[in-house]
Amino acid sequence: MNIYDFLIMRHELVLVIIALVVLIIDLGLKPAQKRHIIPVAVTLFIIHTIIGFLPSSGGILFGGMFHSSPLLVMMKNVLNIGVLIILLQSYSWLIKPENKEKMSEYFVIMFFTLTGMYFMISAGDFLMFYLGLETASIPIAALAAYMHHRTKSAEAGVKYILSSALSSGILLFGLSLIYGTTGSILFSDIAFSITDSPLQIFALIFFISGMAFKISLVPFQLWTADVYEGAPTNVTSYLSVISKGAASFVFMLILFKVFFPVMEVWRDILYTLSIATMIIGNLFALRQKNMKRFLAFSSIAQAGFILLGIMVGSKLGMTSVIYFILTYIFSNLGAFGVVSAIENASGKLSMDDYNGLYKTNPKLSLLMMLSVFSLAGIPPVAGFFGKFFLFTSAASAGLYWLVFIAILNATISLYYYLLVVKAMFINKNETPIPAFKTDLPARAGLILSALGIFILGFWSQVYEWINNLTVGIF
Amino acid sequence: MNILTLFVLIPVVTMLAIGFSKSMKSIRVVAAIGMGIQLILAAFLVYAYLTERAAGNTAEMLFTYDALWFPSLNIHYSIGVDGISVAMIALTAVVVFAGIFASWEVEYLSKEFFISLILLASGVFGFFISIDLFTMLLFYELAVIPMYLLIGIWGSGPKEYSAMKLTLMLMGGSALLMVGLLGIYFYSAPDGTPLTWNLLEISKNTIPIEMQRFLFPFTFIGFGILGALFPFHTWSPDGHASAPTAVSMLHAGVLMKLGGYGAFRVAIFLMPDAAQEQAWIFLLLTGTSVVYGAFGAIFQKDLKYINAYSSVSHCGLVLFAILMMNQTALNGAVIQMISHGLMTALFFALIGMIYGRTHTRLINEMGGLMKVMPFLSVVYVIAGLASLGLPGLSGFVAEMTIFIGSFQHTDSFHRMLTIIAAASIVITAVYILRVVATLLYGPIRNDHYNHLTDARWFEKLSTVTLLVCIAAIGIAPLWLSDMINFSLAPIVTKLSMATSSFVSIF
Repeated sequence: MNIYDFLIMRHELVLVIIALVVLIIDLGLKPAQKRHIIPVAVTLFIIHTIIGFLPSSGGILFGGMFHSSPLLVMMKNVLNIGVLIILLQSYSWLIKPENKEKMSEYFVIMFFTLTGMYFMISAGDFLMFYLGLETASIPIAALAAYMHHRTKSAEAGVKYILSSALSSGILLFGLSLIYGTTGSILFSDIAFSITDSPLQIFALIFFISGMAFKISLVPFQLWTADVYEGAPTNVTSYLSVISKGAASFVFMLILFKVFFPVMEVWRDILYTLSIATMIIGNLFALRQKNMKRFLAFSSIAQAGFILLGIMVGSKLGMTSVIYFILTYIFSNLGAFGVVSAIENASGKLSMDDYNGLYKTNPKLSLLMMLSVFSLAGIPPVAGFFGKFFLFTSAASAGLYWLVFIAILNATISLYYYLLVVKAMFINKNETPIPAFKTDLPARAGLILSALGIFILGFWSQVYEWINNLTVGIF
Repeated sequence: MNILTLFVLIPVVTMLAIGFSKSMKSIRVVAAIGMGIQLILAAFLVYAYLTERAAGNTAEMLFTYDALWFPSLNIHYSIGVDGISVAMIALTAVVVFAGIFASWEVEYLSKEFFISLILLASGVFGFFISIDLFTMLLFYELAVIPMYLLIGIWGSGPKEYSAMKLTLMLMGGSALLMVGLLGIYFYSAPDGTPLTWNLLEISKNTIPIEMQRFLFPFTFIGFGILGALFPFHTWSPDGHASAPTAVSMLHAGVLMKLGGYGAFRVAIFLMPDAAQEQAWIFLLLTGTSVVYGAFGAIFQKDLKYINAYSSVSHCGLVLFAILMMNQTALNGAVIQMISHGLMTALFFALIGMIYGRTHTRLINEMGGLMKVMPFLSVVYVIAGLASLGLPGLSGFVAEMTIFIGSFQHTDSFHRMLTIIAAASIVITAVYILRVVATLLYGPIRNDHYNHLTDARWFEKLSTVTLLVCIAAIGIAPLWLSDMINFSLAPIVTKLSMATSSFVSIF
């Protein structure tokens, strides 16, 4: 390996180094100094994020197992921004006494899962893809069970690892069928031998099912709500934003790279999954009172929208998916940031506790309103642009009825998003959550997401930048 | 700086200034100054527009400005106005200005109230200056969403229910609309040439007839829901009745006009063939709106509900006239939009002022108000007369033009419908005169009313502004209809070139 090879995999290398450095520094700290690890880890990650944005040319390593290109680098950068915001938002939760012993673990585990996602995105064959997938998902179970003294958190960890193992099994079975029928695991080789023979369609269906678990598409969504509710709030936001975003990227990339000869088949499958996901996700979200479960179901519905862009299979589709995920990261993290800030300050998680929040905490309420509007796709915030471009891409393939169903679902989702707004702004409450100040890092995280929500839509260069890098099947 | 951009910029600056204001007094003064500037600007725009036209500028849109926004999708920030949009902008400026003064005494969260109200206004202004379909949609939705907070927080009665119903129905409308607009975009240019969102460029191209048949209902109903098209009008009575005064004014006065304006600027202008084919379905629906709204108003006891149903009837007439698709009827439709906008805003302002004094909106609990508040009562009578179409006021000009235009169709289907719609004028007279009789004349039903005061200065300012405009249109309608007529010409030409002819079930 020479220096250029290092540059090609700099995301992965730098992140692994940072994780190890955090681990080593933590060893040398006395118990009373443990919390100093937080600023160190966050600073290192900021440096990592900046390094990620340096220009790169891309290349291929390990005989085709590892690919890098400006498109893939951009996807990793998108994830980095999200992780950065989550790390900032975690501060006030991490310094709580019960987490004192294991702060560095939080960072190390999170960095390792992120490394897994990088490898998954950069995979050039199914082996690397599978390795990345497992590296990304197994440590998340540890994160979900982070507050193991709480039954719910431990339960979330177990639920996640079991369902993740099952989905990996299904996925792996699909991959084995592909290897059996094509005799190769390299994406570039397989693409030429994929036909609509029954065995390969079977493999495709298994592959889609396995990925559907990760993106929590209906009917593979059942683990989502419980895990999201049980896991610590910041881990939940990591699961619902970063993990889901990375899985969607990879799903799209592999469908485009490997399965493009049978596009007709997977378009139909995704069409059905998309409608089911949007409708069921919305219907379940309607009745939720717990904010975390509520956001969990709403994020299921959002995954249905992502499929709209994937199934188009064009450049426009890919651009809109990446752009949507970018806007989704900011808006969902805005919402989760407020939920986590309130949970840390008052321990309250129910929507009824949010009644009258605007009176006591106007800024948090405004940010929450912007975030849910953005999730619902209301202008002028970023979510509107994200959704609109997804719809545009679906309409470009002539799927007008699907677009119509999707927008109707967006309207249904507006109902429950407005319930949050109603609770904060309209409902009266004798004992609202008292006014409190969020700490500096959390505030920085919230401001970052607010800026993203506000600016991203109007700043068309972001969209054009993504559009310059994307590719389509055609 | 383009003069039209100012129409969006000034509200934004005003909102910021309100955000930094401390006391309630300074908040409302800032709001009044901002919207006052907006009103002056609108008057200047009308003047500038007329001078440009008088100077012989025959471009379809004037004061245009175009900036590329999303190059890969060819989305532009593209603005410009013709006579119709100038008239609508002027209407909006007047109603918003009056609305600020009508809500002079909002004390509960007044800062948030004025910010939301002006945000709503900026959405409306943006919609009327847009040529680009994407920005049009953006501003359209921007105008709808503050309604939720405005009704939910400052409303009365079953406000949460009404706010939710209104928002969801209108957003459902924009779901239809979005499909329509996306479809238009993907057929906006012949094969091989870049697609465009620009209204004027799309109009030069002919969208394939099969696609028109598919997209026209989406687009028309999408806009129609905002214009209270039967049977999608049910958000309107509830929403208007629960909304605070200024919001009812703005919503019935201006926001519902977005529906009518969009229906012919986008749906009919871009898809004339399908419009000709399918007009009969929507004519039946809008005809129902007109008559049903009027009958609905007769049976209501709450002043706001009466006016809300009368809005359904009058806005139905706008869509009805648009679907007649000839020069005269379209001209009438635009005048009706403006006339109804002013009238209904005046009504809602008066109802708000009366309610603020009597604390009831039920007509049979009130009576003899003419004796205690002569100013408000006289204005109410004039507004009522304008609404039932008394010559000399704006309502007459509008309805007369519409019915003349509609009757120009020689077939029995159109004529029958016109006769039925024209009959609604009589029904209008019934409910207007009944309200005037019980509310303003007769004995005073409640001793407590003897101590009520008449209008204060800001209330007078608000109502007189609207009243002057109503009278001005009624007395001198020609300059307005000339301004509109010139801009209708390209639309009418396009309609007359439509290949498909009217299909009737009769």
